[in-house]
Amino acid sequence: MHELAVCQALIEQVARLAHDRGARRVLSITVSVGALSGTEARLLEHAYPLAAAGTMGEGAQLLVETIPVRVRCRKCGSETEAAANRLLCGECSAWHVDVVAGEELLLRRVEFEKTADAAVH
Amino acid sequence: MCRDCGCSLGPSVARAPFVAQPAAPHGHVESIEVITAILDANDRVAAHNRAHFDAQGVLAVNLMSSPGSGKTALLEATIRALDGELKVAVIEGDLATENDAARIRACGVPAVQITTGNACHLDAQMVHDALHELPLTGLDVLFVENVGNLVCPASFDLGAHRNVTLLSVTEGDDKPAKYPVMFRAGDLTLITKVDLLPHLEDFSVSRARDSLRQVGFDGGVLEVSKRGGAGLAAWLDWLRAEVASRRAAAA
Repeated sequence: MHELAVCQALIEQVARLAHDRGARRVLSITVSVGALSGTEARLLEHAYPLAAAGTMGEGAQLLVETIPVRVRCRKCGSETEAAANRLLCGECSAWHVDVVAGEELLLRRVEFEKTADAAVH
Repeated sequence: MCRDCGCSLGPSVARAPFVAQPAAPHGHVESIEVITAILDANDRVAAHNRAHFDAQGVLAVNLMSSPGSGKTALLEATIRALDGELKVAVIEGDLATENDAARIRACGVPAVQITTGNACHLDAQMVHDALHELPLTGLDVLFVENVGNLVCPASFDLGAHRNVTLLSVTEGDDKPAKYPVMFRAGDLTLITKVDLLPHLEDFSVSRARDSLRQVGFDGGVLEVSKRGGAGLAAWLDWLRAEVASRRAAAA
């Protein structure tokens, strides 16, 4: 269950951004999680409130975009979707493929609430 | 492929949010786009560790596998075989005990034990902290024996030059299909305890190799036993070649 550690790293990044921008609280955090990232979206969602308690991220909405695996075939050049444990070309079944999507574990977007003062100035 | 940073952001699937909708904001709302690796802080420490290893010309090898697949036994056999030839040290990761470090020290090489408590993996900071207790000067190889676990360790770069994954014949030959991220992360796979193969009719080495290929693993596969034989010799040769290339890079 390393998703807790992933959430803690995420919250540290978000808290730094919030501090830099003078935000009062964090409304939402959007992350991208690839099927080959080694991180489970559902576990990340379960771990988030635990990791966020008492931090700048507490109460924020965690939006997880899951990204399927896509491979590009070195033989026929096709780009197809693949299962994480079957990285074969969907067109010609060759196993010489490059993964072009699905390894992501990224922070994508953060939505902050700033104070009314900050909005005026 | 993202043109700005070269990352591979593909089409995404929206998921229903898990956390309840927060109260309506009172102030000004600002939304910012960022594209950063969530484990960026770990990756930075890993790069720092790698710089330490490179500065000393030390080859760092991260050993990963399920519990009981023979990581410590492989290290014992390796240390004995390389005695007087290569200088070795070991960082041991374990949830609770010092047992593995004690086994390594009994072979006459330095070992630092990291007890992770309930953490299921090592991270770069833990390895960095252990390095403070382990002088790298004069070393040829530093092994990091990760926590026995086929899931979590795969996500954390420790700064090692090579990841070696063990698959023992007492596990299923479909382990790579069940844990694709882990086996894909390896540079070399060692099929261990092959001396037991005559007693295990369910494990097929060729099926294990097929399973590795299907998860996108394109490194070498060696069949080894701690009792010696051609596979262990090939593993030692692999290490010697890696050490030589590290030295050449450091020179």
